[in-house]
Amino acid sequence: MSVLPITLRDACVRRGGHVILGPVSLTLAGRGLTVLMGPNGAGKTTLLKVLHGIVRLSAGTVSHDGDDARGAQAFVFQTPIVLRRSVAANLAYPLKLQRRSRAERAERIRDWAARIRLEDHLDQPAGRLSGGERQKLAIARAMIRDPELVFLDEPTSNLDGRSTREIEDLLKAARDAGTRIVMSTHDIAQGRRLADDAWLLVNGQIRETAPAPQFFDQPAQPETRAYLRGDILE
Amino acid sequence: MGDIWAGIAAAFRLIITADADLVEISLRSLQVTLSALVIACAIALPLGTFLAIQRFRYRRTVIAVLNALMGLPPVVVGLIVYILLSRSGPFGVLGLLFTPTAMIIAQVIIITPLIASVTHQAMRDLWAEYHDLLISLNTGKLQRVGTLILDGRRSLLTAALAGFGRAIGEVGAIMIVGGNIEHQTRVLTTAIALETGRGDFALALGLGFVLIALALAVNLATHYLGRTESEGRW
Ligand SMILES: Nc1ncnc2c1ncn2[C@@H]1O[C@H](COP(=O)(O)OP(=O)(O)OP(=O)(O)O)[C@@H](O)[C@H]1O
Ligand SMILES: [Mg+2]
Repeated sequence: MSVLPITLRDACVRRGGHVILGPVSLTLAGRGLTVLMGPNGAGKTTLLKVLHGIVRLSAGTVSHDGDDARGAQAFVFQTPIVLRRSVAANLAYPLKLQRRSRAERAERIRDWAARIRLEDHLDQPAGRLSGGERQKLAIARAMIRDPELVFLDEPTSNLDGRSTREIEDLLKAARDAGTRIVMSTHDIAQGRRLADDAWLLVNGQIRETAPAPQFFDQPAQPETRAYLRGDILE
Repeated sequence: MGDIWAGIAAAFRLIITADADLVEISLRSLQVTLSALVIACAIALPLGTFLAIQRFRYRRTVIAVLNALMGLPPVVVGLIVYILLSRSGPFGVLGLLFTPTAMIIAQVIIITPLIASVTHQAMRDLWAEYHDLLISLNTGKLQRVGTLILDGRRSLLTAALAGFGRAIGEVGAIMIVGGNIEHQTRVLTTAIALETGRGDFALALGLGFVLIALALAVNLATHYLGRTESEGRW
């Protein structure tokens, strides 16, 4: 059974008396890679977590029933979370939860460690990795069990040019293999490189959703134009 | 001054020749304290972990009570256990007063809150770090507890060491409920108090050195654990 589509209807999240997200109504379906853009504090992280099912709505509905749907999903957090274990044990963790065989684990760990160029660090404690290396580890750990749907919250914000390219290639390959990807980013050029379609979120509300060429070259909303120009949005 | 040097020399002779009294008393001390430690850990480690990850109605109250119990003067604990176990007390029929079991009970009461409290703090921090990831990976309650205990094992060991240090050096409660009976309930601390009073500095100092060595070993172990933790050498 597929985790898609996920549908939000008038979804709202309130925190401390403020509406930090919503009302948002949208459907996440189909294939490809969606880029979520918007200023700091717009609610991107909150929206991704709502779609993933780890933030509860204050009002409105989300179509998947939380826990079961999450098995086939993965989430890469804006601040990477690494387990206090070795790099290899970090990669093994989601596979162990699924009781994958030892041989399969070993093979996947080798494969993914090579993709993020951490194969020489496998036995090292993950806590000793640099910020960028942690981010790459978190991405590999999310992708390692071939999820149907992946959310990535600013996955390349700590990465140098080369690592960013590698992660982008890895995401494109996953997308081409049929993985549905939703990622937030502040990097407009990255959005252009990766997106099949794009969403603009401002003040907790979706202002535009469009296929990538249209979103980046002929946006329908003046706000999107202003955002892409780097103007201050109100 | 001469007396003291003679005492120190005699003390070392007792240790080197493994004097029967000294060995007996040291072993009893270890036996009582280690028994108390095992029981206290069996209660406090799960309790502290549970308090860290489970939200329930009186959680804050339980934590406050725990912290208050930590400040309980051991002499008072001794007094209460004495009253409970004395012939006319509710558990008098068991005939436990002035036995090693009574001393173990008193020590358990003294160190359980300490171990639980240290465990709670450590597990709370670890849970805050891991929370989003473990929820995202759809882990069950047992898997969460297992992961926290495994990755927090150094903190748990530190908590246990703190409990051991407190129990092995405790004298007031032990004296009251154990009675410091020769060949039965005499342990390091109570023996030192007695021999000092009697003017037998050789045995008192010899026992003192054993106690110091144990305390130092505990502190060194704690220090080492703390250092490996902070250097990220998980
Ligand atoms: N637990 C909370 N309590 C109160 N306010 C919160 C809470 N969580 C988030 N917010 C607020 O909600 C708003 C949206 O937060 P969110 O993290 O979703 O933004 P974002 O678009 O991801 O921003 P950034 O680009 O900086 O990552 C912010 O203004 C934030 O301060
Ligand atoms: Mg964010």
